[in-house]
Amino acid sequence: MESQQDILANIKRRQFWDFVFALTGLMSLLFALITLITLIVDLSLTGVPRITLDFFTSFPSRFAGKAGILSAWVGSFCVMITTAFCAIPLGVAAGVYLEEYSKKNWVSQIIELNIINLAGIPSITYGLMALGLFVYQLKLGQSILTAGLTLGLLVLPIIIVTTREAIRAIPNAIREASYAMGASKWQTIRHHILPYSSGGIMTGVIISLSRAIGETAPLITIGALTFIAFLPTAPISDVPPFINLKWLMDPFTVMPIQMFNWLSRPQAEFHVNAAATGVILLMMTLIMNGGAIYLRSRFRKKMKW
Amino acid sequence: MELNLRAEVKNLEFSYGEKKVLNGITLPIYENRVTALIGPSGCGKTTLLRCFNRMHDLYANAQYKGEILLYPDKRNILGKEIDPMEVRMRIGMVFQKPNPFPKSILENVAYGLRVRGVKKQSFIEERVERSLQQAGLWKEAKDRLNSPATALSGGQQQRLCIARALATEPEILLLDEPTSALDPISTRHIEELIQELRKDVTIAIVTHSLHQAARVSDYTAFMYLGDLIEFGKSDQIYTNPKDQRTENYITGRFG
Ligand SMILES: Nc1ncnc2c1ncn2[C@@H]1O[C@H](COP(=O)(O)OP(=O)(O)OP(=O)(O)O)[C@@H](O)[C@H]1O
Ligand SMILES: [Mg+2]
Repeated sequence: MESQQDILANIKRRQFWDFVFALTGLMSLLFALITLITLIVDLSLTGVPRITLDFFTSFPSRFAGKAGILSAWVGSFCVMITTAFCAIPLGVAAGVYLEEYSKKNWVSQIIELNIINLAGIPSITYGLMALGLFVYQLKLGQSILTAGLTLGLLVLPIIIVTTREAIRAIPNAIREASYAMGASKWQTIRHHILPYSSGGIMTGVIISLSRAIGETAPLITIGALTFIAFLPTAPISDVPPFINLKWLMDPFTVMPIQMFNWLSRPQAEFHVNAAATGVILLMMTLIMNGGAIYLRSRFRKKMKW
Repeated sequence: MELNLRAEVKNLEFSYGEKKVLNGITLPIYENRVTALIGPSGCGKTTLLRCFNRMHDLYANAQYKGEILLYPDKRNILGKEIDPMEVRMRIGMVFQKPNPFPKSILENVAYGLRVRGVKKQSFIEERVERSLQQAGLWKEAKDRLNSPATALSGGQQQRLCIARALATEPEILLLDEPTSALDPISTRHIEELIQELRKDVTIAIVTHSLHQAARVSDYTAFMYLGDLIEFGKSDQIYTNPKDQRTENYITGRFG
Protein backbone atom coordinates (compact mmCIF):
# COMPACT_ATOMS: atom_id res chain seq x y z
CA MET A 1 0.00 0.00 0.00
CA GLU A 2 1.28 3.41 -0.93
CA SER A 3 0.81 6.01 1.69
CA GLN A 4 -0.93 9.27 0.92
CA GLN A 5 2.43 11.03 1.10
CA ASP A 6 3.98 8.73 -1.49
CA ILE A 7 1.11 9.40 -3.84
CA LEU A 8 1.40 13.16 -3.40
CA ALA A 9 5.16 13.06 -3.98
CA ASN A 10 4.63 10.99 -7.08
CA ILE A 11 2.11 13.49 -8.43
CA LYS A 12 4.47 16.40 -7.66
CA ARG A 13 7.28 14.75 -9.57
CA ARG A 14 5.15 14.16 -12.62
CA GLN A 15 3.71 17.66 -12.48
CA PHE A 16 7.26 19.01 -12.54
CA TRP A 17 8.01 17.21 -15.81
CA ASP A 18 4.70 18.39 -17.25
CA PHE A 19 5.78 21.92 -16.46
CA VAL A 20 9.27 21.47 -17.95
CA PHE A 21 7.83 20.16 -21.18
CA ALA A 22 5.21 22.89 -21.48
CA LEU A 23 7.87 25.53 -20.89
CA THR A 24 10.20 24.08 -23.52
CA GLY A 25 7.37 23.95 -26.02
CA LEU A 26 6.35 27.51 -25.33
CA MET A 27 9.93 28.76 -25.71
CA SER A 28 10.35 27.05 -29.06
CA LEU A 29 7.06 28.49 -30.24
CA LEU A 30 8.03 32.00 -29.14
CA PHE A 31 11.42 31.70 -30.82
CA ALA A 32 9.83 30.77 -34.14
CA LEU A 33 7.10 33.40 -33.84
CA ILE A 34 9.43 36.23 -32.85
CA THR A 35 11.80 35.51 -35.72
CA LEU A 36 8.91 35.53 -38.16
CA ILE A 37 7.39 38.69 -36.76
CA THR A 38 10.75 40.51 -36.79
CA LEU A 39 11.17 39.54 -40.41
CA ILE A 40 7.71 40.75 -41.38
CA VAL A 41 7.99 44.00 -39.41
CA ASP A 42 11.44 44.76 -40.84
CA LEU A 43 10.27 44.04 -44.38
CA SER A 44 7.09 46.08 -43.92
CA LEU A 45 8.86 49.12 -42.43
CA THR A 46 11.09 49.32 -45.47
CA GLY A 47 8.63 48.23 -48.12
CA VAL A 48 5.13 49.40 -47.26
CA PRO A 49 5.66 53.14 -47.93
CA ARG A 50 6.81 52.27 -51.44
CA ILE A 51 3.56 50.43 -52.28
CA THR A 52 1.49 52.88 -54.30
CA LEU A 53 -0.77 52.46 -57.28
CA ASP A 54 2.09 53.54 -59.53
CA PHE A 55 4.20 50.70 -58.22
CA PHE A 56 1.70 48.24 -59.74
CA THR A 57 1.31 50.03 -63.05
CA SER A 58 4.94 50.81 -63.91
CA PHE A 59 7.48 48.69 -65.69
CA PRO A 60 10.90 48.19 -64.16
CA SER A 61 13.22 51.08 -64.87
CA ARG A 62 16.81 52.25 -64.48
CA PHE A 63 15.50 54.75 -61.93
CA ALA A 64 14.48 53.07 -58.70
CA GLY A 65 11.85 55.69 -57.94
CA LYS A 66 10.04 55.15 -61.23
CA ALA A 67 10.35 51.36 -61.32
CA GLY A 68 7.32 49.15 -60.71
CA ILE A 69 6.24 45.55 -60.82
CA LEU A 70 3.73 45.65 -63.68
CA SER A 71 5.46 43.04 -65.82
CA ALA A 72 6.29 40.98 -62.74
CA TRP A 73 2.79 40.65 -61.31
CA VAL A 74 1.24 40.12 -64.74
CA GLY A 75 3.89 37.46 -65.34
CA SER A 76 3.23 35.80 -61.98
CA PHE A 77 -0.49 35.86 -62.70
CA CYS A 78 -0.11 34.29 -66.16
CA VAL A 79 2.30 31.64 -64.90
CA MET A 80 -0.04 30.78 -62.00
CA ILE A 81 -2.99 30.35 -64.36
CA THR A 82 -0.95 28.09 -66.62
CA THR A 83 0.30 26.14 -63.61
CA ALA A 84 -3.23 25.67 -62.30
CA PHE A 85 -4.47 24.57 -65.72
CA CYS A 86 -1.74 21.94 -65.98
CA ALA A 87 -1.56 20.71 -62.42
CA ILE A 88 -5.18 20.62 -61.20
CA PRO A 89 -6.69 18.22 -63.77
CA LEU A 90 -3.61 15.99 -63.75
CA GLY A 91 -3.26 15.96 -59.97
CA VAL A 92 -6.93 15.40 -59.21
CA ALA A 93 -7.24 12.69 -61.86
CA ALA A 94 -4.14 10.93 -60.55
CA GLY A 95 -5.38 11.18 -56.96
CA VAL A 96 -8.82 9.81 -57.86
CA TYR A 97 -7.24 7.02 -59.87
CA LEU A 98 -4.94 5.99 -57.03
CA GLU A 99 -7.75 5.99 -54.47
CA GLU A 100 -10.70 4.65 -56.41
CA TYR A 101 -9.34 2.59 -59.29
CA SER A 102 -5.85 1.20 -58.73
CA LYS A 103 -5.47 -2.12 -57.00
CA LYS A 104 -3.74 -1.87 -53.66
CA ASN A 105 -0.57 -3.89 -54.28
CA TRP A 106 3.18 -3.38 -54.33
CA VAL A 107 3.09 -1.41 -57.59
CA SER A 108 0.74 1.15 -56.06
CA GLN A 109 2.91 1.22 -52.95
CA ILE A 110 5.97 2.08 -55.02
CA ILE A 111 4.04 4.76 -56.88
CA GLU A 112 2.82 6.17 -53.58
CA LEU A 113 6.33 6.27 -52.15
CA ASN A 114 7.64 8.00 -55.26
CA ILE A 115 4.96 10.66 -55.20
CA ILE A 116 5.88 11.51 -51.63
CA ASN A 117 9.54 11.60 -52.67
CA LEU A 118 8.75 13.87 -55.60
CA ALA A 119 7.28 16.40 -53.19
CA GLY A 120 10.65 16.57 -51.44
CA ILE A 121 12.92 17.03 -54.47
CA PRO A 122 14.70 20.42 -54.53
CA SER A 123 12.85 22.70 -56.88
CA ILE A 124 15.94 23.57 -58.91
CA THR A 125 16.04 19.96 -60.08
CA TYR A 126 12.67 20.53 -61.69
CA GLY A 127 14.19 23.56 -63.40
CA LEU A 128 17.02 21.46 -64.84
CA MET A 129 14.60 18.83 -66.08
CA ALA A 130 12.36 21.49 -67.61
CA LEU A 131 15.33 23.13 -69.33
CA GLY A 132 16.19 19.83 -71.00
CA LEU A 133 12.66 18.71 -71.76
CA PHE A 134 10.51 21.77 -72.41
CA VAL A 135 13.11 24.25 -73.63
CA TYR A 136 15.53 22.08 -75.63
CA GLN A 137 13.51 18.99 -76.59
CA LEU A 138 10.02 20.38 -77.07
CA LYS A 139 11.31 23.81 -78.09
CA LEU A 140 8.76 25.68 -76.02
CA GLY A 141 11.27 28.43 -75.38
CA GLN A 142 11.73 30.46 -72.24
CA SER A 143 8.03 31.11 -72.20
CA ILE A 144 5.09 31.40 -69.81
CA LEU A 145 4.05 27.94 -71.01
CA THR A 146 7.39 26.42 -70.04
CA ALA A 147 7.21 28.11 -66.64
CA GLY A 148 3.63 26.97 -66.08
CA LEU A 149 4.48 23.39 -67.00
CA THR A 150 7.55 23.41 -64.77
CA LEU A 151 5.74 24.76 -61.72
CA GLY A 152 2.82 22.49 -62.57
CA LEU A 153 5.09 19.47 -62.26
CA LEU A 154 6.56 20.91 -59.09
CA VAL A 155 3.20 21.16 -57.32
CA LEU A 156 1.67 18.04 -58.85
CA PRO A 157 2.67 15.79 -55.93
CA ILE A 158 1.13 18.19 -53.42
CA ILE A 159 -2.15 18.17 -55.30
CA ILE A 160 -2.11 14.38 -55.67
CA VAL A 161 -1.43 13.84 -51.99
CA THR A 162 -4.09 16.30 -50.76
CA THR A 163 -6.62 14.91 -53.23
CA ARG A 164 -6.01 11.42 -51.92
CA GLU A 165 -6.33 12.57 -48.34
CA ALA A 166 -9.58 14.34 -49.06
CA ILE A 167 -10.96 11.26 -50.80
CA ARG A 168 -9.83 8.96 -48.03
CA ALA A 169 -11.81 10.99 -45.52
CA ILE A 170 -15.05 9.89 -47.20
CA PRO A 171 -16.46 6.92 -45.30
CA ASN A 172 -16.85 3.67 -47.20
CA ALA A 173 -20.49 3.54 -46.21
CA ILE A 174 -21.14 6.40 -48.61
CA ARG A 175 -19.53 4.54 -51.51
CA GLU A 176 -21.49 1.43 -50.60
CA ALA A 177 -24.72 3.43 -50.53
CA SER A 178 -24.02 4.74 -54.00
CA TYR A 179 -23.04 1.41 -55.51
CA ALA A 180 -26.01 -0.28 -53.83
CA MET A 181 -28.30 2.09 -55.72
CA GLY A 182 -26.84 0.72 -58.94
CA ALA A 183 -24.45 3.58 -59.61
CA SER A 184 -21.43 2.96 -61.82
CA LYS A 185 -17.93 3.76 -60.68
CA TRP A 186 -17.87 6.96 -62.65
CA GLN A 187 -21.30 8.02 -61.31
CA THR A 188 -20.10 7.37 -57.79
CA ILE A 189 -17.03 9.50 -58.38
CA ARG A 190 -18.95 12.24 -60.20
CA HIS A 191 -21.90 12.44 -57.79
CA HIS A 192 -20.19 11.69 -54.49
CA ILE A 193 -16.43 11.35 -54.33
CA LEU A 194 -15.56 14.59 -56.14
CA PRO A 195 -18.22 16.84 -54.56
CA TYR A 196 -17.52 15.61 -51.04
CA SER A 197 -13.76 15.94 -51.40
CA SER A 198 -13.78 19.22 -53.31
CA GLY A 199 -13.16 21.27 -50.15
CA GLY A 200 -10.02 19.32 -49.34
CA ILE A 201 -8.91 19.36 -52.96
CA MET A 202 -9.35 23.12 -53.22
CA THR A 203 -7.38 23.61 -50.04
CA GLY A 204 -4.55 21.58 -51.55
CA VAL A 205 -4.71 23.52 -54.80
CA ILE A 206 -4.49 26.87 -53.04
CA ILE A 207 -1.62 25.75 -50.84
CA SER A 208 0.26 24.40 -53.84
CA LEU A 209 -0.27 27.63 -55.80
CA SER A 210 0.89 29.69 -52.86
CA ARG A 211 4.04 27.60 -52.93
CA ALA A 212 4.44 28.01 -56.68
CA ILE A 213 4.03 31.77 -56.59
CA GLY A 214 7.18 32.15 -54.51
CA GLU A 215 9.31 29.73 -56.54
CA THR A 216 12.36 31.35 -58.11
CA ALA A 217 15.10 28.83 -58.72
CA PRO A 218 13.44 26.62 -61.34
CA LEU A 219 12.30 29.67 -63.31
CA ILE A 220 15.76 31.17 -63.36
CA THR A 221 17.04 27.78 -64.50
CA ILE A 222 14.73 27.69 -67.49
CA GLY A 223 15.86 31.20 -68.33
CA ALA A 224 13.21 33.62 -67.17
CA LEU A 225 14.33 37.16 -67.92
CA THR A 226 15.10 39.48 -65.06
CA PHE A 227 14.28 42.67 -66.89
CA ILE A 228 11.05 42.87 -68.89
CA ALA A 229 9.52 46.14 -69.94
CA PHE A 230 6.54 44.86 -71.91
CA LEU A 231 3.43 42.77 -71.28
CA PRO A 232 2.50 39.43 -72.82
CA THR A 233 0.18 39.45 -75.85
CA ALA A 234 -3.38 40.26 -74.85
CA PRO A 235 -5.48 37.10 -74.42
CA ILE A 236 -8.46 38.64 -76.24
CA SER A 237 -8.32 39.79 -79.82
CA ASP A 238 -10.82 41.63 -82.03
CA VAL A 239 -10.82 39.01 -84.77
CA PRO A 240 -12.50 35.61 -84.44
CA PRO A 241 -12.07 33.38 -82.49
CA PHE A 242 -11.40 36.35 -80.16
CA ILE A 243 -9.27 34.26 -77.85
CA ASN A 244 -5.58 34.48 -78.33
CA LEU A 245 -3.17 32.02 -76.78
CA LYS A 246 0.00 33.66 -78.10
CA TRP A 247 0.77 34.97 -74.60
CA LEU A 248 1.66 31.43 -73.60
CA MET A 249 4.78 31.63 -75.77
CA ASP A 250 5.88 35.09 -74.58
CA PRO A 251 8.90 35.68 -72.37
CA PHE A 252 8.10 36.72 -68.83
CA THR A 253 9.35 37.58 -65.40
CA VAL A 254 7.72 36.91 -62.04
CA MET A 255 7.68 38.78 -58.76
CA PRO A 256 10.32 36.80 -56.85
CA ILE A 257 12.71 37.14 -59.82
CA GLN A 258 12.05 40.86 -60.01
CA MET A 259 12.75 41.04 -56.32
CA PHE A 260 15.97 39.09 -56.72
CA ASN A 261 17.01 41.37 -59.56
CA TRP A 262 16.50 44.50 -57.49
CA LEU A 263 18.25 43.01 -54.46
CA SER A 264 21.33 42.24 -56.51
CA ARG A 265 21.83 45.92 -57.36
CA PRO A 266 24.14 48.02 -55.23
CA GLN A 267 21.83 51.06 -54.84
CA ALA A 268 19.76 51.07 -51.63
CA GLU A 269 16.70 52.57 -53.43
CA PHE A 270 16.30 49.35 -55.36
CA HIS A 271 16.38 47.40 -52.11
CA VAL A 272 13.30 49.34 -51.03
CA ASN A 273 11.57 48.19 -54.20
CA ALA A 274 12.57 44.64 -53.38
CA ALA A 275 11.17 44.94 -49.87
CA ALA A 276 7.90 46.29 -51.24
CA THR A 277 7.64 43.36 -53.66
CA GLY A 278 8.42 41.04 -50.77
CA VAL A 279 5.57 42.50 -48.72
CA ILE A 280 3.18 42.02 -51.62
CA LEU A 281 4.28 38.41 -52.11
CA LEU A 282 3.93 37.76 -48.40
CA MET A 283 0.45 39.27 -48.34
CA MET A 284 -0.63 37.14 -51.28
CA THR A 285 0.66 33.98 -49.64
CA LEU A 286 -1.09 34.88 -46.39
CA ILE A 287 -4.35 35.60 -48.19
CA MET A 288 -4.17 32.35 -50.13
CA ASN A 289 -3.40 30.29 -47.05
CA GLY A 290 -6.14 32.08 -45.13
CA GLY A 291 -8.54 31.24 -47.92
CA ALA A 292 -7.47 27.61 -47.74
CA ILE A 293 -8.10 27.48 -43.99
CA TYR A 294 -11.48 29.13 -44.43
CA LEU A 295 -12.50 26.68 -47.15
CA ARG A 296 -11.40 23.74 -45.08
CA SER A 297 -13.38 24.77 -42.02
CA ARG A 298 -16.45 25.57 -44.12
CA PHE A 299 -16.43 22.20 -45.83
CA ARG A 300 -15.75 20.39 -42.62
CA LYS A 301 -18.92 21.88 -41.20
CA LYS A 302 -20.93 20.99 -44.28
CA MET A 303 -19.61 17.46 -44.68
CA LYS A 304 -20.48 15.55 -41.60
CA TRP A 305 -21.30 11.94 -42.07
CA MET B 1 -51.31 -17.75 -53.28
CA GLU B 2 -48.96 -20.13 -54.97
CA LEU B 3 -45.39 -20.38 -53.86
CA ASN B 4 -42.64 -19.59 -56.34
CA LEU B 5 -38.93 -19.38 -55.87
CA ARG B 6 -37.47 -15.90 -56.37
CA ALA B 7 -33.91 -16.81 -55.60
CA GLU B 8 -31.97 -19.78 -54.45
CA VAL B 9 -28.69 -19.81 -52.58
CA LYS B 10 -26.68 -22.93 -53.40
CA ASN B 11 -23.64 -24.11 -51.45
CA LEU B 12 -22.51 -20.56 -50.91
CA GLU B 13 -19.12 -20.30 -49.27
CA PHE B 14 -17.60 -16.96 -48.48
CA SER B 15 -14.36 -15.78 -46.95
CA TYR B 16 -12.70 -12.48 -46.15
CA GLY B 17 -9.15 -13.36 -47.21
CA GLU B 18 -8.18 -16.34 -45.07
CA LYS B 19 -11.13 -15.98 -42.75
CA LYS B 20 -14.00 -18.23 -43.75
CA VAL B 21 -17.34 -16.75 -42.76
CA LEU B 22 -19.99 -18.75 -44.65
CA ASN B 23 -19.54 -22.52 -44.94
CA GLY B 24 -21.85 -23.63 -47.69
CA ILE B 25 -25.26 -22.05 -47.28
CA THR B 26 -28.24 -23.44 -49.18
CA LEU B 27 -31.41 -21.45 -48.83
CA PRO B 28 -34.55 -20.76 -50.88
CA ILE B 29 -36.04 -17.28 -51.09
CA TYR B 30 -39.72 -17.36 -52.00
CA GLU B 31 -41.44 -14.80 -54.15
CA ASN B 32 -43.54 -12.21 -52.33
CA ARG B 33 -42.58 -13.65 -48.99
CA VAL B 34 -40.50 -12.25 -46.17
CA THR B 35 -37.51 -14.33 -45.18
CA ALA B 36 -35.91 -13.50 -41.86
CA LEU B 37 -32.26 -14.24 -41.15
CA ILE B 38 -31.61 -14.65 -37.45
CA GLY B 39 -28.65 -15.76 -35.42
CA PRO B 40 -26.14 -14.55 -32.86
CA SER B 41 -23.91 -11.57 -33.61
CA GLY B 42 -21.04 -12.37 -35.96
CA CYS B 43 -22.64 -15.49 -37.45
CA GLY B 44 -22.55 -14.08 -40.98
CA LYS B 45 -26.02 -12.61 -41.58
CA THR B 46 -24.76 -9.33 -42.99
CA THR B 47 -22.16 -11.17 -45.04
CA LEU B 48 -24.83 -13.39 -46.57
CA LEU B 49 -27.12 -10.46 -47.30
CA ARG B 50 -24.34 -8.52 -49.00
CA CYS B 51 -23.73 -11.44 -51.36
CA PHE B 52 -27.16 -10.84 -52.89
CA ASN B 53 -26.20 -7.44 -54.29
CA ARG B 54 -22.53 -8.15 -54.90
CA MET B 55 -21.44 -5.57 -52.31
CA HIS B 56 -18.40 -7.72 -51.57
CA ASP B 57 -17.11 -7.09 -55.09
CA LEU B 58 -15.97 -3.68 -53.90
CA TYR B 59 -13.26 -5.27 -51.78
CA ALA B 60 -10.32 -7.24 -53.04
CA ASN B 61 -10.12 -9.79 -50.23
CA ALA B 62 -13.66 -11.16 -50.68
CA GLN B 63 -13.90 -14.66 -52.10
CA TYR B 64 -17.08 -16.46 -53.15
CA LYS B 65 -17.81 -20.03 -54.05
CA GLY B 66 -21.22 -21.42 -54.93
CA GLU B 67 -24.14 -19.64 -56.52
CA ILE B 68 -27.22 -17.55 -56.01
CA LEU B 69 -29.76 -18.26 -58.74
CA LEU B 70 -32.19 -15.49 -59.52
CA TYR B 71 -35.56 -16.76 -60.75
CA PRO B 72 -37.37 -16.98 -63.10
CA ASP B 73 -34.39 -17.05 -65.49
CA LYS B 74 -32.22 -18.97 -63.03
CA ARG B 75 -29.17 -16.88 -63.67
CA ASN B 76 -26.33 -17.13 -61.19
CA ILE B 77 -25.92 -13.53 -60.00
CA LEU B 78 -22.55 -14.36 -58.48
CA GLY B 79 -21.26 -15.34 -61.94
CA LYS B 80 -18.23 -13.46 -63.14
CA GLU B 81 -19.97 -12.69 -66.43
CA ILE B 82 -22.76 -10.78 -64.67
CA ASP B 83 -22.22 -7.09 -64.11
CA PRO B 84 -22.67 -6.29 -60.40
CA MET B 85 -24.37 -3.05 -61.50
CA GLU B 86 -27.22 -5.02 -63.03
CA VAL B 87 -27.64 -7.04 -59.85
CA ARG B 88 -27.67 -3.91 -57.70
CA MET B 89 -30.22 -2.21 -59.93
CA ARG B 90 -32.58 -5.13 -59.41
CA ILE B 91 -31.88 -5.86 -55.76
CA GLY B 92 -32.11 -2.99 -53.26
CA MET B 93 -30.47 -2.84 -49.87
CA VAL B 94 -30.85 -0.98 -46.62
CA PHE B 95 -27.70 -1.15 -44.54
CA GLN B 96 -27.25 -1.90 -40.86
CA LYS B 97 -26.02 1.65 -40.19
CA PRO B 98 -27.89 4.50 -41.87
CA ASN B 99 -25.76 5.94 -44.67
CA PRO B 100 -27.51 8.92 -46.24
CA PHE B 101 -25.55 10.99 -48.74
CA PRO B 102 -24.57 14.46 -47.49
CA LYS B 103 -27.09 15.90 -49.94
CA SER B 104 -30.67 17.05 -49.59
CA ILE B 105 -33.45 14.67 -48.57
CA LEU B 106 -34.93 14.96 -52.06
CA GLU B 107 -31.64 14.14 -53.78
CA ASN B 108 -31.14 11.15 -51.50
CA VAL B 109 -34.47 9.57 -52.34
CA ALA B 110 -34.23 10.46 -56.01
CA TYR B 111 -30.69 9.16 -56.37
CA GLY B 112 -31.58 5.73 -57.74
CA LEU B 113 -33.71 7.38 -60.42
CA ARG B 114 -30.96 9.82 -61.24
CA VAL B 115 -28.50 6.96 -61.68
CA ARG B 116 -30.92 5.34 -64.09
CA GLY B 117 -31.12 8.53 -66.13
CA VAL B 118 -34.71 9.49 -65.21
CA LYS B 119 -35.16 13.16 -66.05
CA LYS B 120 -38.90 13.76 -65.81
CA GLN B 121 -39.34 16.04 -62.82
CA SER B 122 -43.00 15.24 -62.14
CA PHE B 123 -42.24 11.52 -62.11
CA ILE B 124 -39.32 11.99 -59.74
CA GLU B 125 -41.36 14.13 -57.35
CA GLU B 126 -44.18 11.63 -57.35
CA ARG B 127 -41.83 8.75 -56.63
CA VAL B 128 -40.03 10.65 -53.88
CA GLU B 129 -43.30 11.47 -52.16
CA ARG B 130 -44.59 7.91 -52.43
CA SER B 131 -41.35 6.41 -51.13
CA LEU B 132 -41.20 8.79 -48.21
CA GLN B 133 -44.86 8.01 -47.44
CA GLN B 134 -44.09 4.30 -47.47
CA ALA B 135 -41.10 4.70 -45.19
CA GLY B 136 -43.19 6.84 -42.83
CA LEU B 137 -41.02 9.91 -43.20
CA TRP B 138 -43.26 12.06 -45.36
CA LYS B 139 -44.88 14.00 -42.54
CA GLU B 140 -41.55 14.99 -41.03
CA ALA B 141 -39.76 15.59 -44.30
CA LYS B 142 -42.28 17.20 -46.64
CA ASP B 143 -41.45 20.73 -45.54
CA ARG B 144 -37.71 20.25 -45.62
CA LEU B 145 -37.08 18.21 -48.74
CA ASN B 146 -34.21 20.50 -49.68
CA SER B 147 -32.43 20.52 -46.34
CA PRO B 148 -29.48 18.20 -45.79
CA ALA B 149 -30.25 14.60 -44.95
CA THR B 150 -27.41 14.48 -42.45
CA ALA B 151 -29.35 16.88 -40.23
CA LEU B 152 -32.00 14.19 -39.65
CA SER B 153 -31.96 12.08 -36.51
CA GLY B 154 -30.55 8.56 -36.66
CA GLY B 155 -33.98 6.95 -36.91
CA GLN B 156 -35.12 9.41 -39.54
CA GLN B 157 -31.96 8.71 -41.51
CA GLN B 158 -32.70 5.01 -41.44
CA ARG B 159 -36.21 5.62 -42.76
CA LEU B 160 -34.72 7.86 -45.42
CA CYS B 161 -32.46 5.01 -46.50
CA ILE B 162 -35.49 2.75 -46.70
CA ALA B 163 -37.27 5.32 -48.85
CA ARG B 164 -34.19 5.62 -51.04
CA ALA B 165 -34.14 1.87 -51.62
CA LEU B 166 -37.89 1.76 -52.34
CA ALA B 167 -37.83 4.57 -54.89
CA THR B 168 -36.50 2.34 -57.66
CA GLU B 169 -38.96 -0.51 -56.99
CA PRO B 170 -36.42 -3.30 -56.54
CA GLU B 171 -37.37 -6.91 -57.22
CA ILE B 172 -35.81 -8.06 -53.98
CA LEU B 173 -35.28 -5.85 -50.96
CA LEU B 174 -32.51 -6.64 -48.50
CA LEU B 175 -32.98 -5.15 -45.04
CA ASP B 176 -30.12 -5.36 -42.55
CA GLU B 177 -31.60 -4.65 -39.12
CA PRO B 178 -33.69 -1.80 -40.50
CA THR B 179 -35.29 -0.98 -37.17
CA SER B 180 -32.35 -1.28 -34.80
CA ALA B 181 -32.15 2.53 -34.50
CA LEU B 182 -35.88 3.20 -34.44
CA ASP B 183 -38.35 3.93 -31.67
CA PRO B 184 -41.31 1.57 -31.17
CA ILE B 185 -43.70 3.67 -33.24
CA SER B 186 -41.40 3.90 -36.27
CA THR B 187 -40.58 0.24 -35.82
CA ARG B 188 -44.25 -0.66 -36.00
CA HIS B 189 -44.61 1.52 -39.03
CA ILE B 190 -41.73 -0.24 -40.80
CA GLU B 191 -43.12 -3.63 -39.88
CA GLU B 192 -46.48 -2.65 -41.36
CA LEU B 193 -44.65 -1.43 -44.44
CA ILE B 194 -42.93 -4.77 -44.81
CA GLN B 195 -46.30 -6.53 -44.64
CA GLU B 196 -47.61 -4.09 -47.21
CA LEU B 197 -44.65 -4.48 -49.57
CA ARG B 198 -44.91 -8.28 -49.66
CA LYS B 199 -47.51 -7.88 -52.38
CA ASP B 200 -44.91 -6.48 -54.76
CA VAL B 201 -41.45 -7.38 -53.56
CA THR B 202 -39.56 -10.24 -52.08
CA ILE B 203 -37.87 -9.30 -48.82
CA ALA B 204 -34.94 -10.69 -46.90
CA ILE B 205 -34.56 -9.14 -43.47
CA VAL B 206 -31.88 -9.54 -40.83
CA THR B 207 -33.08 -8.85 -37.35
CA HIS B 208 -32.05 -9.41 -33.77
CA SER B 209 -35.59 -9.09 -32.54
CA LEU B 210 -37.21 -12.51 -32.57
CA HIS B 211 -40.58 -10.90 -31.95
CA GLN B 212 -40.11 -8.82 -35.04
CA ALA B 213 -39.04 -11.83 -37.06
CA ALA B 214 -42.08 -13.74 -35.84
CA ARG B 215 -44.39 -10.81 -36.64
CA VAL B 216 -43.21 -9.96 -40.13
CA SER B 217 -41.64 -13.03 -41.67
CA ASP B 218 -43.08 -16.00 -43.48
CA TYR B 219 -39.88 -17.99 -43.44
CA THR B 220 -36.97 -17.93 -41.06
CA ALA B 221 -33.39 -19.06 -41.46
CA PHE B 222 -31.36 -19.56 -38.30
CA MET B 223 -27.63 -19.18 -38.78
CA TYR B 224 -24.88 -20.09 -36.41
CA LEU B 225 -21.12 -19.63 -36.95
CA GLY B 226 -21.43 -19.43 -40.71
CA ASP B 227 -23.75 -22.40 -41.09
CA LEU B 228 -27.43 -22.47 -41.85
CA ILE B 229 -28.78 -24.53 -39.00
CA GLU B 230 -32.46 -24.53 -39.73
CA PHE B 231 -34.81 -23.12 -42.31
CA GLY B 232 -38.57 -23.32 -42.24
CA LYS B 233 -41.88 -21.57 -41.94
CA SER B 234 -41.63 -18.96 -39.24
CA ASP B 235 -44.52 -20.25 -37.12
CA GLN B 236 -42.86 -23.64 -37.04
CA ILE B 237 -39.39 -22.27 -36.20
CA TYR B 238 -40.61 -20.15 -33.33
CA THR B 239 -43.00 -22.66 -31.83
CA ASN B 240 -41.48 -25.96 -32.67
CA PRO B 241 -37.82 -25.80 -33.78
CA LYS B 242 -36.27 -29.05 -34.91
CA ASP B 243 -32.67 -28.32 -34.02
CA GLN B 244 -31.48 -28.07 -30.44
CA ARG B 245 -29.33 -25.00 -31.25
CA THR B 246 -32.28 -23.16 -32.75
CA GLU B 247 -34.30 -23.90 -29.68
CA ASN B 248 -31.52 -22.69 -27.42
CA TYR B 249 -31.27 -19.45 -29.39
CA ILE B 250 -34.97 -18.63 -29.49
CA THR B 251 -35.43 -19.44 -25.87
CA GLY B 252 -32.55 -17.11 -25.06
CA ARG B 253 -30.15 -19.70 -23.72
CA PHE B 254 -27.31 -18.34 -25.84
CA GLY B 255 -26.50 -15.73 -28.43
N1 LIG C 1 -14.64 -6.75 -43.83
C1 LIG C 1 -14.39 -7.81 -43.07
N2 LIG C 1 -13.16 -8.36 -43.02
C2 LIG C 1 -12.90 -9.43 -42.26
N3 LIG C 1 -13.80 -10.05 -41.49
C3 LIG C 1 -15.06 -9.57 -41.48
C4 LIG C 1 -15.41 -8.42 -42.27
N4 LIG C 1 -16.73 -8.17 -42.06
C5 LIG C 1 -17.16 -9.09 -41.20
N5 LIG C 1 -16.17 -9.94 -40.84
C6 LIG C 1 -16.29 -11.09 -39.93
O1 LIG C 1 -17.20 -12.01 -40.50
C7 LIG C 1 -18.04 -12.57 -39.50
C8 LIG C 1 -19.49 -12.35 -39.87
O2 LIG C 1 -19.76 -10.96 -39.83
P1 LIG C 1 -21.18 -10.38 -40.18
O3 LIG C 1 -21.05 -8.92 -40.23
O4 LIG C 1 -21.72 -11.06 -41.37
O5 LIG C 1 -22.01 -10.81 -38.88
P2 LIG C 1 -23.52 -10.53 -38.50
O6 LIG C 1 -24.17 -11.84 -38.38
O7 LIG C 1 -24.14 -9.56 -39.43
O8 LIG C 1 -23.37 -9.88 -37.05
P3 LIG C 1 -24.21 -8.71 -36.37
O9 LIG C 1 -25.49 -9.33 -35.92
O10 LIG C 1 -23.37 -8.30 -35.20
O11 LIG C 1 -24.40 -7.63 -37.36
C9 LIG C 1 -17.63 -11.93 -38.19
O12 LIG C 1 -16.81 -12.84 -37.50
C10 LIG C 1 -16.86 -10.72 -38.60
O13 LIG C 1 -15.84 -10.46 -37.66
MG1 LIG D 1 -24.77 -7.57 -39.30
